[in-house]
Amino acid sequence: MDKFTTLTGIAAPMPLVNIDTDMIIPKQFLKTIHRSGLGKNLFDEMRYHPDGSENPDFVLNKPAWRESQIIVAGDNFGCGSSREHAPWALLDYGIRAVISTSFADIFYNNCFKNGILPIMLPAEAVEALMKDAENGANARLTVDLESQTVTGADGTAYHFDIDPHRKHCLLNGLDDIGLTMEKARAIAAYETRIAQAQPWV
Amino acid sequence: MTGTPTQSGPRTLYDKIFDAHIVDRQPDGTCLLYIDRHLVHEVTSPQAFEGLRMTGRKVRAPEKTIAVPDHNVPTTADRVDGIENPEGRAQVAELDKNAREFGVNYYPMNDIRQGIVHIVGPEQGWTLPGMTVVCGDSHTATHGAFGALAHGIGTSEVEHVLATQTLIQKKSKNMKVEITGSLRPGVTAKDITLAVIGKTGTAGGTGHVIEYCGQAIRELSMEGRMTVCNMAIEGGARAGLIAPDEKTFDYVKGRPHAPKGAAWEAAVTWWKTLFSDDDAQWDKVVTIRGEDIEPVVTWGTSPEDVLPIGGTVPAPEDFEGGKVEAARRSLDYMGLTPGMKLTDIKIDSVFIGSCTNGRIEDLRAAAGVLRGKHLAPGVRGMVVPGSGLVRMQAEEEGLDRVFIDAGFDWRLAGCSMCLGMNPDQLAPGERCAATSNRNFEGRMGRGGRTHLMSPVMAAAAGVAGHLVDVREVMAEAPATA
Repeated sequence: MDKFTTLTGIAAPMPLVNIDTDMIIPKQFLKTIHRSGLGKNLFDEMRYHPDGSENPDFVLNKPAWRESQIIVAGDNFGCGSSREHAPWALLDYGIRAVISTSFADIFYNNCFKNGILPIMLPAEAVEALMKDAENGANARLTVDLESQTVTGADGTAYHFDIDPHRKHCLLNGLDDIGLTMEKARAIAAYETRIAQAQPWV
Repeated sequence: MTGTPTQSGPRTLYDKIFDAHIVDRQPDGTCLLYIDRHLVHEVTSPQAFEGLRMTGRKVRAPEKTIAVPDHNVPTTADRVDGIENPEGRAQVAELDKNAREFGVNYYPMNDIRQGIVHIVGPEQGWTLPGMTVVCGDSHTATHGAFGALAHGIGTSEVEHVLATQTLIQKKSKNMKVEITGSLRPGVTAKDITLAVIGKTGTAGGTGHVIEYCGQAIRELSMEGRMTVCNMAIEGGARAGLIAPDEKTFDYVKGRPHAPKGAAWEAAVTWWKTLFSDDDAQWDKVVTIRGEDIEPVVTWGTSPEDVLPIGGTVPAPEDFEGGKVEAARRSLDYMGLTPGMKLTDIKIDSVFIGSCTNGRIEDLRAAAGVLRGKHLAPGVRGMVVPGSGLVRMQAEEEGLDRVFIDAGFDWRLAGCSMCLGMNPDQLAPGERCAATSNRNFEGRMGRGGRTHLMSPVMAAAAGVAGHLVDVREVMAEAPATA
């Protein structure tokens, strides 16, 4: 997993609330057995017309936002299905951070496993950053994970909260499985205890 | 017999199950939680097994891992000849290969026990009270009906559980949803769960585990309770729970993987301790009177867009903030005009099935409405049992004849139209009365329009040709044959 330290980039404004994982990556693209290659179908049904041509009205198809690395989104981003294809598609497109007032739990969790930083901020801060995002390349945002800040175009820095364990893993690109494997003895001890006490499990 | 409590004093059911599964706890509260049952399907697992292969890791507890293909499988009889779609076929073949190579429990596509993973787990007795259950699928919440802590995970976590049989977790908050009193006739478990989402919103449960309680919940069958917990995720909660009781024990007893003999007695003794203490602390409480719940339908493209069937389509201006634009977009997508009566919405198709409403009682209830009646002209209907065993049971009861006589297609088990990853899909603009769980844009097929409702409401809509109050259809005398 790639580390996440700092990022300065263009942010795409997506003020719609409840953007669900079916919108982020529709079900027909879940048939892959690989993690990569989903970026071209990110937001597929909003981004392309049924004939496959680009919808020029969709934000990521407009010249100013084609190189976006950040999304500023409406409330409850990532609700719905548990598909990790959603963060995979975002990452494959080049999105490394999403800013919203709230995220669905499973999506939020999945982001951290893939080097994407989901940033939760109060409504006023998201509104201000949404205005910056609307200015495209003229108003790049800077995310600094170490100091836990997002800095807008006018220099205003917004502080965000993040779980210390998740921050540590993201800053260092650490793989959870390797860390957990170091606790194999504790897992084995638990299994021995349960095999005695609850043989039906 | 519980582990070290994460807190002193009275605990909720969630607290108790969580505590009993702690393998390791860090000073910051991050826990390593043991996973008792890991359910696996073909869509969210290939990359996880591939990860194991690349790192030379094994499945730590193959005996606690259960795999079944469901999302991609066609529901037509010709599936015995294989899956036509090459990508879907490859994904099911990959599960087949992984299940055999890693030695996990497996129900292949043409096994009579195959079905939707959340129907197969409880049916086979894999799901038991007090367990932790995970699956790379958000509707894992279903298993909470047994008083199991069950939630969806992403593929990276699937790999983590395969390799370590544990999950890194922090405690969620506790939310109580109480449904007091009794439901009125024609009102079902689906109406409860939709009514709750309508009240709290799709983010109302975010960060929480919901425990459903109250007389109306106690009065539900196990299958009804599964329907309620199934849609906890649509309310934003990762898990929904219902304390186990005698109904739970009766349902579990005798199933292939349920404990037997002395182990059964010991298990029940522990299961009887699984309830929230009287003075447990709740972070959020929602109470709804069972008598106040009407048969409901969704009008928009979010499960929170719920209204009683007697209502009218709302206008964007009825909402606030970001929901105004979302409602405008929903109405446009759904092709609806503010102010029109919900009962004036004509439908093109009916879908009965899914992990929400694909069990035998759902089929019985829908058949009860359809007996001696027929789909309205021009309406197509599809009934997809949740498992091969549900299908067999329905056929033994003659329900297949009722559906076929009413003009429905009678299908083999799978996720079917609910998520359109297989040949069962809505056409652009096709409007469906569906017993599934998500009305998102494109969910059941690009441009497809989904109205969520209970099996009896979907059946009634099929007969009427438009959304309708099932109580009116039931009041009419059946047509004489």
